[in-house]
Amino acid sequence: MNPKEEKVKIITEEVDENDEDAGVGSQKKTSKMARQKRKKPLPAAGPEEMVSENAHLGNQPEPLQEDSDTRPVSMTTRRGPRSLPPIPSASRTGFAEFSMRERMREKLQAARSKAESTLLQEIPTPRPRRLQSPGEKELETEFGTEPGEEAQKTQQEDDSQSRSRVKFRDSVRKIKTKPPVPPGFPSAEEAYNFFTFNFDPEPEESEEKPKAKNRDGTTQEEEEGEEEEPPVQGIHKTDEQLLISATEAEAFLWGLDHTAADFVAVRPADYESAHVRLQMEKELLFVPSRLTVPTYKKLPENVQPRYLEDEGLYIGTRPDVPRTCQNIMENRLLTQEPGRRWFGDDGRIVALPNPIKPFPSRPPVLTQEQDFRAELETLYKKAVKYVHRSQHMIGSGDSPGNFQLDIDISGLIFTHHPCFSREHVLAAKLAQLYDQYLARHQRNKAKFLTDKLQALRNAVQTGLNPEKTHKSLDTTQKTINEYKSEIRQTRKLRDAEQEKDRMLLKTIIKVWKEMKSLREFQRFTNTPLKLVLRKEKVDQKADEEAYEAEIQAEISELLEEHMEEHEQKMEAYRAAYQQWKAWKKAQRAKKKKKKQAVEEHPEEEMGEPYPEEDPVKPVPPEPTDRALMEHQVRERAARSRRRPGEPLLVPELSLAGSVTPNEQCPRVEVLRREDVKRRSIYLKVIFNDKEVSRTDSRPLGADFRVHFGQIFNLQIFNWPESLTLQVYETVGHSGTTLLAEVFLPIPETTIVTGRAPIEEVEFSSNQHVTLDHEGVGSGMPFSFEADGSNQLILMTSGKVSNSVAWAIGENGIPLIPPLSQQNIGFRSVLKRADAISSIGTSGLTDLKKLAKWAAESKLDPNDPNNAPLMQLISVATSGESYVPDFFRLEQLQQEFNFVSDEELSRSKRFRLLCLRSQEVPEFRNYKQIPAYDREIMEKVFQDYEKRLRDRNVIETKDHIDPHRAMVAKYLQQVRESVINRFLIAKHHFLLSDLIVEEEVPNISILGLSLFKLAEQKRPLRPRRKGRKKVTAQNLSDGDIKVLVNIIRAYDIPVRKPTASKFQQPSRSSRTFSEKHAASPPTHSPTHSADYPLGQVLVRPFVEVSFQRTICHTTTAEGPNPSWNEELELPFRAPNGDYSTSSLQSVKDDVFINIFDEVLYDVLEDDRERGSGIHTRIERHWLGCVKIPFSTIYFQAKIDGTFKIDIPPVLLGYSKERSMIIERGFDSVRSLSEGSYITLFITMEPQLVPGESVREKFDSQEDEKLLQATEKFQAECALKFPHRQCLTTVTDISGKTVFITRYLKPLNPPQELLEACPNNPQATAELVARYVSLIPFLPDTVSFAGICDLWSTSDQFLDLLAGDEEEHAVLLCNYFLSLGKKAWLVMGSAIPEGPTAYVLTREQSHYLIWNPCSGHFYGQFDTFCPLKSVGCLIGPDNTDSQDHQVILVTPSFGGTLNYEGYCRRLVKNRSYEVRVPEFKLQCHHLLAV
Amino acid sequence: MAAAGPSVFLLMVNGQVESAQFPEYDDLYCKYCFVYGQDWAPTAGLEEGISQITSKSQDVRQALVWNFPIDVTFKSTNPYGWPQIVLSVYGPDVFGNDVVRGYGAVHLPFSPGRHKRTIPMFVPESTSKLQKFTSWFMGRRPEYTDPKVVAQGEGREVTRVRSQGFVTLLFNVVTKDMRKLGYDTGPSDTQGVSRPSPPPGLPL
Repeated sequence: MNPKEEKVKIITEEVDENDEDAGVGSQKKTSKMARQKRKKPLPAAGPEEMVSENAHLGNQPEPLQEDSDTRPVSMTTRRGPRSLPPIPSASRTGFAEFSMRERMREKLQAARSKAESTLLQEIPTPRPRRLQSPGEKELETEFGTEPGEEAQKTQQEDDSQSRSRVKFRDSVRKIKTKPPVPPGFPSAEEAYNFFTFNFDPEPEESEEKPKAKNRDGTTQEEEEGEEEEPPVQGIHKTDEQLLISATEAEAFLWGLDHTAADFVAVRPADYESAHVRLQMEKELLFVPSRLTVPTYKKLPENVQPRYLEDEGLYIGTRPDVPRTCQNIMENRLLTQEPGRRWFGDDGRIVALPNPIKPFPSRPPVLTQEQDFRAELETLYKKAVKYVHRSQHMIGSGDSPGNFQLDIDISGLIFTHHPCFSREHVLAAKLAQLYDQYLARHQRNKAKFLTDKLQALRNAVQTGLNPEKTHKSLDTTQKTINEYKSEIRQTRKLRDAEQEKDRMLLKTIIKVWKEMKSLREFQRFTNTPLKLVLRKEKVDQKADEEAYEAEIQAEISELLEEHMEEHEQKMEAYRAAYQQWKAWKKAQRAKKKKKKQAVEEHPEEEMGEPYPEEDPVKPVPPEPTDRALMEHQVRERAARSRRRPGEPLLVPELSLAGSVTPNEQCPRVEVLRREDVKRRSIYLKVIFNDKEVSRTDSRPLGADFRVHFGQIFNLQIFNWPESLTLQVYETVGHSGTTLLAEVFLPIPETTIVTGRAPIEEVEFSSNQHVTLDHEGVGSGMPFSFEADGSNQLILMTSGKVSNSVAWAIGENGIPLIPPLSQQNIGFRSVLKRADAISSIGTSGLTDLKKLAKWAAESKLDPNDPNNAPLMQLISVATSGESYVPDFFRLEQLQQEFNFVSDEELSRSKRFRLLCLRSQEVPEFRNYKQIPAYDREIMEKVFQDYEKRLRDRNVIETKDHIDPHRAMVAKYLQQVRESVINRFLIAKHHFLLSDLIVEEEVPNISILGLSLFKLAEQKRPLRPRRKGRKKVTAQNLSDGDIKVLVNIIRAYDIPVRKPTASKFQQPSRSSRTFSEKHAASPPTHSPTHSADYPLGQVLVRPFVEVSFQRTICHTTTAEGPNPSWNEELELPFRAPNGDYSTSSLQSVKDDVFINIFDEVLYDVLEDDRERGSGIHTRIERHWLGCVKIPFSTIYFQAKIDGTFKIDIPPVLLGYSKERSMIIERGFDSVRSLSEGSYITLFITMEPQLVPGESVREKFDSQEDEKLLQATEKFQAECALKFPHRQCLTTVTDISGKTVFITRYLKPLNPPQELLEACPNNPQATAELVARYVSLIPFLPDTVSFAGICDLWSTSDQFLDLLAGDEEEHAVLLCNYFLSLGKKAWLVMGSAIPEGPTAYVLTREQSHYLIWNPCSGHFYGQFDTFCPLKSVGCLIGPDNTDSQDHQVILVTPSFGGTLNYEGYCRRLVKNRSYEVRVPEFKLQCHHLLAV
Repeated sequence: MAAAGPSVFLLMVNGQVESAQFPEYDDLYCKYCFVYGQDWAPTAGLEEGISQITSKSQDVRQALVWNFPIDVTFKSTNPYGWPQIVLSVYGPDVFGNDVVRGYGAVHLPFSPGRHKRTIPMFVPESTSKLQKFTSWFMGRRPEYTDPKVVAQGEGREVTRVRSQGFVTLLFNVVTKDMRKLGYDTGPSDTQGVSRPSPPPGLPL
């Protein structure tokens, strides 16, 4: 088969060439080639190509360079397959050499002539062009202005050189514009070197080059034309471009990096005329022409436009584009991208089909309403189960990679084709017969049977020999008999085989003879088939002997056989004869009896006339005739066997014959051949009824063989169910017909690429073709005989040689889908194994059952037939393959995970990073997370984990009772959720967060600022100027100081003058002051009289402690001391984090303690008093003021008089004062009890307080109300920008609530009411005290100052803790229930800052209640801690509880008069703005 | 400890704020500061700097050259939050008020070696035309509350900026122990490790 195949290849190759050259080559050429082919098919291409080349040279010199480029490639490709047949290599190489040399020579010649011609063309042009083209002048000036390196050049250059350079550039341009000019210009670098270097060492070379350039370059070009170096040109050009672009780029680059300015030459301004400009633009700009591009430009060389539409392929209508636009685009594409990838085979721009449908795809809108509804009606449709090959889909997890089926289509051979001539038919027949012969020969069954026969005979011989047998005679006899029967069988088979062989040989010879006669008859040959009968001489004598011996042996055997047969027959005969005899006797006896019986029983005889047929008298078998038998044997031998001495005939079919060239054939034959040439074949590969690929279209060879040699790698996902090749034939351009379908078997899983044998699959077509030439057609009767008898009908048929196999992956694993998915695939296997019959069809799906059956039926696990089944069973039992019944998204996720999740979660560092990025409070400011896990201490997480753990565990030991613990836990949770909410909100920015922008000044501010200009430089009452605020980010420890300015104190408790007033102090228990007081009488007795005046009652000093720093003032004297001292206390933020959020959560307090400094004289002996002083200083704590840092931080400054917290009982001190001190000027002060201290606290530098979070919470309020509140608030903010005006607040669940919802009369506990039923004032005080006793828990600290949560009174009483608002709300509610008029006052007090108080209206005056302390102040009390009022919340004076309003104070100092200025928001009404009557006067309240 | 493997890597950067192109402005000075993540800590050098006022060169280029040195060393355990240099350029406006002329930020280069960076600069825009006028008139242009805003992406969506000018920076970067901690920042780093140094004393 092999040599044949190769030849097929050769022939197809040559036909290929034929087709390729068809455009150029003439009829003559092909004939020449064909003639050469007959002897040496190979080198035919050489001279032929040369010829074509010469032809090229003659008329079109253009493709020369491409020739040189493409030739070697094409040569190798063409020669490649030709090396297959055994061809004398010498002739080939010789030919190749010759052709190469020849080609070179021709090329040289062509180049030379070309160069000359171009130069001839050029010579007249350059000079005038140089003279008048200003563009080049421009270029030169460009050179001149180039800085740096050019500067040196200009110094050296003289006139001639510059001219030469111009010329050089000129020529370069020429080269650029005319690409086919043979290259050889020096590169830009060389040129540059030439002009700038001093060529001292090599004068000759350097002189030659400029010469070459200074002249018009004729010689030089001629010289270099011979060198033939096409790349030079390319380099040359690109270098030049590079140089230009580089210098230009440098020149344009901002002019930063080089010092061009140093070398600037002063020149007059350049003027560019419009003409020059146009010319320059022409160089820069490209205007694509509108002319139609000829088709050959758009297609690769020598390619005819191919119109797919003509080939029967569907091509959608192209979108309608104006012709001119297309032309422009084509021109542009051709110039911009030399590749032709934008152009299709038909030479037009590649375009998708027109997407616009000619008809609307939207169904027409039905106008009638009924129809419309009917359209929308829901129809019930039964669910359709979708089973479509989902189980064959490759599972996502269990099988990595894809599966590949390699289909190797090596070729196609037609055993019949409509274009077959009669000779072809015969040839095909011959080839078929020969194939058969070869196959038979290979198997050589006759020989095998002969050998077997021989062996059997020997066995019989030995068996007959009694000496050698040790077995019993019986068994020997039995085996011998078996042997003999086998010998008989074998002999018959052998005879048949031999007869077939002989018949085959005879037929081959007969067909060959027919063919020869046909060739003779038609006087040409179509097929290169040639049959050679090789005679093998045999030794006649030995042959004869063997023949005779064989015959004798056969005869003897036959004899023996016949004897046996005879024997048997004889026996049978004898038995039959005996029987017959007996019967005869019986008959006779019967007859006798009958005679008697007839009389007795006449009717009985009639009843059974002859129940049995008369047995025929058996004929004794004839003995066998030996002579006759011998005759028979010999006859048979002569028929089926080679006669002795006759030479052994071995037919050899070769393709060595030559085909008659076309010229010598009759016209019909030529037509036939032309027809064959026009035909081409391709195959479509259809996988699971889908076309997956197709082979190239290959021309049909003259021998009706098509070589494809293509391997298709099918990446498959579905288990293959069918694999089909469709054979298509294309005749000319007319169209494609499906010849036949070839069904390929799907390979077993054991067949992998490399091991798969090439198989031939036959196909046949039922098409009927009649042709008008020598071709016999298909499905049409034809005959070989002249008279038309003996008709034959042949159908188109053929064989596809292919191999299908599974591919092998990179690591040697076959890419076969796992068996669990190939249900259909293995079912076919199972059918073979016949599992269905044993376990039923349902068992096939139940793998367990299948495995059991396999185990029971003892399937051979090594049998390759069972391999898939075994694999399946092993998979099933081990449970590896499990078809998931789910679909997994992101199945590749696992591949992208660089560590497993467990590992990731185990990593402490990762956890730390995660927690930090989540801004978990413990880790929010964690710095420098260690680089390694091992460096992270476990205890880092301990607090956090503990917190997590304790979230749901209520610890009671920290609290007094479980209720409080629960409340604390609840608050903690609320706090966490709020903090989380605000952490999110903190990432929302406003413009003002990022950008500091001045407000648009209004006229008044402008006027003020203008007025300021006229201001005094040193005003008498200077105003405090605002300090610059510092953002708290780039601060560090020690940068911030808390400044405490202690100014004065009032009413410090004084020491009780008990001893001095009522009794003389005893000496033992005297204090220094007492002593001192006591002693004056000794020095100056007058003092004792005015003792109350002169005595120092108290010597207070103030100690301020903050964050473990303690400062104190000097000691002052008297109960109303004035210190006026500034104390500086450094501030340190927690963890050194000075961010706003961190500062907000500082919980430290500033403690201001007032002490009395008491000096004790410890000197025991009075005598030493004159010479020494021994005193002991004691500090007696009097009281303290506590101011939280957060207040300072939010308020930026605290300025005011604070009530000193003095314990109710101060031993040894009293507030009683002598009447002298009370001079009556302090009547206001006397109203309040207690001591006061005036402080001014601020921070240096001033920090920007954190903004409260502006976040819109969702609300259950009416949207209209919310809008009204917003509007109201905006109005207020506009009018009173610094006023705290609340309309909505956040409740504990994080919802926005209208503020008046909190106010509702609430009955105070009955006990309080019953305590003093007649005194409403006392009741009110009691209620206030009751409220104040509820623990205080500031929101600002717990929520880090970011928001204020309001809990209702109910929640407040439940939580048993709250801050000012809650207290105030509860108190207000109680007061309301007591029938008082009460309002919530939102204002700012000292020291709380923004806070809530309660205002009540008594009969004649107003009282301000501090809900946290229970104290109340009169409206005129100077020491009222409430310093400013933002707004009042409560009912208006209409007494209707529904009408709760928010009142906002106007802005003016002194007396607050709400009248006419109040605004109200009315709930449950139309939210109108109304002015209620309200009047409140309090002296001290300052509007902000 | 050092033998067992470093626990931090060091990033040393020196270089300079070389020059700027602000075609419309003159007499500018610049400030720089660094923004870095929580795992970073400066170990040496100045974290902030303010340059001299420079005037335009008189030639065509009109460059504003500061040549203001940067020299800082960071240590870190984590490349997250790699330091950025934040530049802000100020100069007087027509009325002599000091206004901001540009903000810009760039990451310090990752790989060791010499790097030149040209940063485009921008300034925040006024929110309205009127404000633009008044800010121009009053000499109080909108500024970032903190120049470090330009090094972060959060909250930038609320701002509008105008681009103006460029600043050219030069960095020389040296890293230490980055590879040992598993951070490979470029081929030059590997070269430094793998290539054997030429034997000393050989004439080059």
